[in-house]
Amino acid sequence: MSTNPWNDLEETLRQTLDEEELTRCMRCGFCLPSCPTYQESGKEAASPRGRIALMKAIHDGKISPDPTFQKQMNYCLGCRACEPACPADVRFGHLLEQSRAAITSHVPTPLWNKLIRRLFFHTLLPHRSRLRIVAVLFFVYQQLGLRTLFLRSGLAKKILPSHLLHMDKALPLASHRGVRERMKTDFHPAHGVAIGRVALFPGCIMDVLFPQTNTHTVQILQAAGYDVILPNKQPCCGALHAHAGEEKKAHQLAKENIDLFLKMDIDWIASNAGGCGAHLIDYPYLLKNSPQWKAFAHSFANRVKDISELILAGRPLTLHPLQQRVTYQSSCHLQNGMKVEKEPLNLLSLIPKIELVELAESERCCGSAGIYNLTHPHTSFHILDEKMERIRHTQANTIVTSNPGCLLQLTIGIHRARLQNQLRALHLIDFLMESMKAETSTDSASETPIKNY
Amino acid sequence: MFSTKIKESLIRILGNEFVCDDTETCITYSYDATPLYQELPDGVVFPKTTEDVQKILRLANEHHIPVIGRGSGTNLAADTVPHQGGMVMVMTRMNNIVEIDQENLTITVQPGVLTQAIHEAVEANWLFYPPDPSSMKISTIGGNIAEGSGGLRGLKYGTTRDYVLGLEAVLANGEVIRTGGKLVKDVAGYDMTRLLVGSEGTLAIITEAILKLIPLPETRKTMMAQFNNIDSAARTVSAIIAARIIPCTLEFMDQRTIQVVEDHAKIGLPRDMAAILLIEQDGSPSIVEDDLKKINQICLDFGSVHTHVAQNLAEGTKLMAARRNALSALARCRPTLILEDITVPRSQIATMVKIITDIADHHQLTICTFGHAGDGNLHPTILTDARDSLELPRVEKALADIFAAAIRLGGTITGEHGVGLAKAPYLEWKVGHAGYHALHAIKKALDPTNLLNPGKIFRS
Ligand SMILES: Cc1cc2nc3c(=O)[nH]c(=O)nc-3n(C[C@H](O)[C@H](O)[C@H](O)COP(=O)(O)OP(=O)(O)OC[C@H]3O[C@@H](n4cnc5c(N)ncnc54)[C@H](O)[C@@H]3O)c2cc1C
Ligand code: SF4
Ligand code: SF4
Repeated sequence: MSTNPWNDLEETLRQTLDEEELTRCMRCGFCLPSCPTYQESGKEAASPRGRIALMKAIHDGKISPDPTFQKQMNYCLGCRACEPACPADVRFGHLLEQSRAAITSHVPTPLWNKLIRRLFFHTLLPHRSRLRIVAVLFFVYQQLGLRTLFLRSGLAKKILPSHLLHMDKALPLASHRGVRERMKTDFHPAHGVAIGRVALFPGCIMDVLFPQTNTHTVQILQAAGYDVILPNKQPCCGALHAHAGEEKKAHQLAKENIDLFLKMDIDWIASNAGGCGAHLIDYPYLLKNSPQWKAFAHSFANRVKDISELILAGRPLTLHPLQQRVTYQSSCHLQNGMKVEKEPLNLLSLIPKIELVELAESERCCGSAGIYNLTHPHTSFHILDEKMERIRHTQANTIVTSNPGCLLQLTIGIHRARLQNQLRALHLIDFLMESMKAETSTDSASETPIKNY
Repeated sequence: MFSTKIKESLIRILGNEFVCDDTETCITYSYDATPLYQELPDGVVFPKTTEDVQKILRLANEHHIPVIGRGSGTNLAADTVPHQGGMVMVMTRMNNIVEIDQENLTITVQPGVLTQAIHEAVEANWLFYPPDPSSMKISTIGGNIAEGSGGLRGLKYGTTRDYVLGLEAVLANGEVIRTGGKLVKDVAGYDMTRLLVGSEGTLAIITEAILKLIPLPETRKTMMAQFNNIDSAARTVSAIIAARIIPCTLEFMDQRTIQVVEDHAKIGLPRDMAAILLIEQDGSPSIVEDDLKKINQICLDFGSVHTHVAQNLAEGTKLMAARRNALSALARCRPTLILEDITVPRSQIATMVKIITDIADHHQLTICTFGHAGDGNLHPTILTDARDSLELPRVEKALADIFAAAIRLGGTITGEHGVGLAKAPYLEWKVGHAGYHALHAIKKALDPTNLLNPGKIFRS
């Protein structure tokens, strides 16, 4: 290895970027209209086609990577909206992860960034018990306001205080009790004769910030006729690691998960977070260079289903009328990664009396994109504000989504747009649960109080 | 990179953000949708107003810097590849819809407006702008005009050319000209509007366009007809037109295309059929109903082994999915896809398709053909791999053979994609020696120093 990290990066990119994927891009430009950063900047370099051209130029030895390349890869939301738009089936997400992984392993990052990364990706996320301890600390932070933390970390220069204020308000109270602690046992039998056995993939962020949603997921799966198993000590799926270029850790976590779940006697692995699910089904590609894992990774990925698919395939739920105006924002990775588009809407439409309004451009990213709203607040919030305008237009009082990141971002959006009194953001599962629990006889459902996290 | 002096002058005109000559920018404006072509510009500029364009062109003129106008870079003729370096002028910031005139039925737009945005804006007013290139979600109207783009509805409604009523454009010397207007009739001088349509950025930079609109058809209906030999399909096409019916869409797919689409999209297409026709008619419900009945009968009379008329719009969309999936299906087969667009007289379609099949066999290549049968515009699509140095020379030869055959049958080398760099060597085959020089004389008169998109259309 040379002493110049950029040379090393170049070498690694040449070796790791998927040449087939790069060549398959025929530069038709069909992905451009779906790309939020192209829309925002109007520059080809910030489009999927442009980013691929940059990767290809490096791969072909025409240019060397430099800080602008790094910046461009970070500016990308990773929303993968470019994938369904692509006639040639270029998997941009893979190319992005390969680029980011190479950057992470070679390019020196500022110390504060490194420390935060270490803390987040290595010390906390892989261990939910630790994450949970932090949840308690986090609670304290929340009381103090996140601002102080960021002012010290150096991020503050990039972030307007008002952004932080909104984030601060939007964060739900973190909980130190996840679904397993709440539900006591690890086996929850189906109501009636079981039609299948499902292990819940509880997710890290989900289980710390939205444990209630996980509990509801178990209950709804039971009602739909599935035996539900809550795995013990399930590691993080590694999605955030892979997206941020922490490749080695992502591989290790994938293997741990495959090991854990394939030992269980189950038919399906249920995901209720689009971000996790899309990453889980991608394990075979992630581990493509480890031949001994190939068969296992496939067998694992084939079992992963989004919760909406399992519920629709199960026994009909007893849903009570909810007289509400509701709209749906899809999670990018659920839609573009897991290719689950219609199922959540189909489920919502089963609720009697519901007024389901279509959200224009619901397929567009809300700007959450992992930790993008922390790293690129301006772009993130600009995208979010446009999203909120569309949502406002639907006059809905509930916006349903199916990923914790999106849920947080939309809640921030509600605060930014000062719509707290007329709009709430809710996970699909929690909304279904509301309908299952609603009183059949009264129409008090129409007055369901607006509850924001 | 721009020289410091040029860069400073450009920045004075546009501001820092809109003058770029860094590596990242140059790489990402070095290509368009044409495979195998890539060349770096000196830099890229993003004008916002007609005055910006004027000032930039004057500067470029003074310093002899080539200027390449660019919309979204989706053309298929290497028309925005800066193969002599120079300055790429990206028009996408000029993206305002200036006005929709309900009395004169026109829309006035800046060149960077996306084609689809025009459709949406006018259809909201129950008006119709028919040209619909498959790339319309991302192509700009400036690009459409400069290429004279067509689309699926060309047979009945014509192409971009038929909808441009007037233009504002900046000449190479920085002077602004205005051609045509909101006029149905206008013979004052040469038809400069039509000259600029299809000029591929070689004569002027278009800064505003007045487009003709028509009333939005009330409804439409779709059908599919399957054939077990190409001749019956081709004869059916001619018979439909001979019966004085002009469907809005009359699309054709050959067996290789059908099989590839079916392999990938699994929409239930008949793999064993030699060809299918996808036919759509629009208009008032009674006419549409009537026409489709007649067309269906003609298809059966002329040897279609199976026809299917969609019962509603949703079913129609499903039928058309076969055509819409064609490109994606083909694109997934091999890494590189070369999409050609020769056009022959309608009566020669069957002959042309058979010749293409022979050429493919002769050069051992995979060529799938689909296209706009109604107007004789075929898309022979070569599936190859840009990295295969043994195959590429055969591709070159096959292309030349296809162009030669099209011309022999009374056709042309390009129906809607343009000549650009990719087909410049073949232009003279089509227009002849005298024709070539007449065209070149026009170029010389309007752009004497060869500033605008040099090397395109004409061999350099
Ligand atoms: C998958 C695919 C499908 C396609 N389908 C069709 C189709 O069905 N029918 C069809 O006709 N074409 C089709 N095309 C070709 C292409 O989309 C069209 O040529 C389109 O008009 C190009 O628009 P653009 O904005 O991308 O222009 P660009 O590619 O950026 O430019 C095209 C030409 O216009 C010039 N130009 C651009 N703006 C200006 C301006 N303001 N003033 C002067 N010159 C200018 C450029 O110099 C260049 O010569 C397809 C392309 C692809 C990749
Ligand atoms: S992942 Fe999203 S932001 Fe990144 S290139 Fe694709 S569409 Fe654009
Ligand atoms: S849509 Fe696909 S093939 Fe076309 S430019 Fe984008 S990534 Fe490349």
